[in-house]
Amino acid sequence: MKVLVPIKRVVDYNVKVRVKADQSGVDLANVKMAMNPFCEIAVEEAVRLKEKGVVTEIVVVTVGSKTAQEQLRTAMALGADRAILVETEENTQPLGVAKALKALVEKESPDLVILGKQAIDDDNNQTGQMLAALTGMPQGTFASEVNVADGKVSVTREIDGGLQTVELSLPAVVTTDLRLNEPRYASLPNIMKAKKKPLDTVSPADLGVDLTPRVKTLKVEPPAERQAGIKVASVEELVDKLKNEAKVI
Amino acid sequence: MSVLVYAEHDNAALKGVTLNVVAAAKAIGGDITVLVAGEGCAAVADEAAKVEGVSKVLLADNAAYGHQLAENVADLVAEVGKDYGHILAAATTTGKNFAPRVAALLDVGMISEISGVESADTFKRPIYAGNAIATVQSGDSIKVITVRGTGFDAVSAEGGSASVESIDVVKDAGVSKFVSEELAKSDRPELTAAKIVISGGRGMQNGDNFEMLYKVADKLGAAVGASRAAVDAGFVPNDMQVGQTGKIVAPDLYVAVGISGAIQHLAGMKDSKVIVAINKDEEAPIFQVADYGLVADLFEAVPELDSKL
Ligand SMILES: Cc1cc2nc3c(=O)[nH]c(=O)nc-3n(C[C@H](O)[C@H](O)[C@H](O)COP(=O)(O)OP(=O)(O)OC[C@H]3O[C@@H](n4cnc5c(N)ncnc54)[C@H](O)[C@@H]3O)c2cc1C
Repeated sequence: MKVLVPIKRVVDYNVKVRVKADQSGVDLANVKMAMNPFCEIAVEEAVRLKEKGVVTEIVVVTVGSKTAQEQLRTAMALGADRAILVETEENTQPLGVAKALKALVEKESPDLVILGKQAIDDDNNQTGQMLAALTGMPQGTFASEVNVADGKVSVTREIDGGLQTVELSLPAVVTTDLRLNEPRYASLPNIMKAKKKPLDTVSPADLGVDLTPRVKTLKVEPPAERQAGIKVASVEELVDKLKNEAKVI
Repeated sequence: MSVLVYAEHDNAALKGVTLNVVAAAKAIGGDITVLVAGEGCAAVADEAAKVEGVSKVLLADNAAYGHQLAENVADLVAEVGKDYGHILAAATTTGKNFAPRVAALLDVGMISEISGVESADTFKRPIYAGNAIATVQSGDSIKVITVRGTGFDAVSAEGGSASVESIDVVKDAGVSKFVSEELAKSDRPELTAAKIVISGGRGMQNGDNFEMLYKVADKLGAAVGASRAAVDAGFVPNDMQVGQTGKIVAPDLYVAVGISGAIQHLAGMKDSKVIVAINKDEEAPIFQVADYGLVADLFEAVPELDSKL
């Protein structure tokens, strides 16, 4: 069985981004970049399925700039077998990415597509669902457990009220939530080995897709700052402030 | 132009967040139609018909929609919604699950988690865990949107008198099946709707210690939340996670106990009116957003708080 794992290069999750003075976006110059944490979980899940003998090949893919080769290499160091870069300098949006992925799904015929539920830059939470719709595949979003058996995948999903389990026919799309697994680190020998694994580059035109953004960003502003508060010396003072000053209890 | 609002419900009752979504629809302007899709959910449609500002309710009552399976619901919403200018759903795990599918089926971009409406095609939404607010404009003929409940004051559940029309559109993709559900049961208010929220973090040390927070919560009529670290460690279930990738809350009072204040946690609570932090580390970043900070050991402070209420 083959798994396709789409990933994204984003700002490292520890970085507190700043908005550019001209309001055109956030300042990404000299900022540490990394694989989106939910994508790391997706790669890890694919690798575990391979270790269990369920999966035979893991293909990792990203739609983005040349610099994202770094994250594709990381994914291969973690256990992916080969990589595809759909190279574009366009500011990618979920619908365009989903269309590019659909073209790759048609070419590669994976049984399972595992990807992160959201990227921590645009916080969209759309791409997996869109890919599923475009390909007519069922989806198991926000997964905290994935079991493949008898041509089906059972996915336990983190929902607002608790947990829900669904059973999907294959091929299917799974999007990962935080509790699915704890990703491993790449070992030095594996990082070296990953350098020799195949990485193909294709253009959106090769795939016949148009990545022109549908949603235009007019401006990006910093959020409203909270006024600095005070320290209270005791629980008694806290209760007094909440009752008499803030009047919230 | 008219707006289609997808009702959030559990087949028995309309969820409060739908009132916030209707508020967003009002801000956009135009006639508001609410679509209720589920199984045995006629009572929900009657409730939706009473909501202020709603002019029509469409009821799709069929087993295919009983568990809100995204494959079926998206096919339905894409078909019904193609005649509308906007399709709105709550940014809940239900809305987030099916709305992108709808957008893809209609070949339009989607706008997630709007927190403000600037005009019929321009919206505000937080990005980068709320560290930036983007103003975005959609050029698509149909705008598919999820709405962040905390961004809009709920409309009244009463005062409307819309007609209810049953629609006989059955979409069963047949590729997914509901197996089971484990829903948290609690007598406390729902996290996203509570006026007061008390959350515990890794500092709580274990699940049993959350009892201290439940006791305080019950005195205050509060909901109890948690940081990711507390959920990952298994202290409490996932539905209690507040943050960038959990639930977004904006109560009148948010009390963070043993939570350091990582940006991903702040993303879920920094729009609260009053924030209290109880942490033994006076350098903890949570104090930078707290209106009232108490540097103390929570195992002393929380029982004392309980006794003083
Ligand atoms: C992709 C991604 C998504 C994430 N999404 C979320 C999210 O949605 N929500 C979320 O919360 N986090 C999220 N996180 C995790 C986040 O980065 C932090 O790791 C997490 O919020 C830390 O939780 P914490 O504050 O409970 O734990 P810690 O950071 O370990 O803090 C514990 C705090 O408790 C205090 N403490 C300990 N003992 C006591 C005591 N006896 N008395 C008083 N204080 C005490 C300590 O001083 C410390 O400040 C996400 C991370 C990633 C990478």
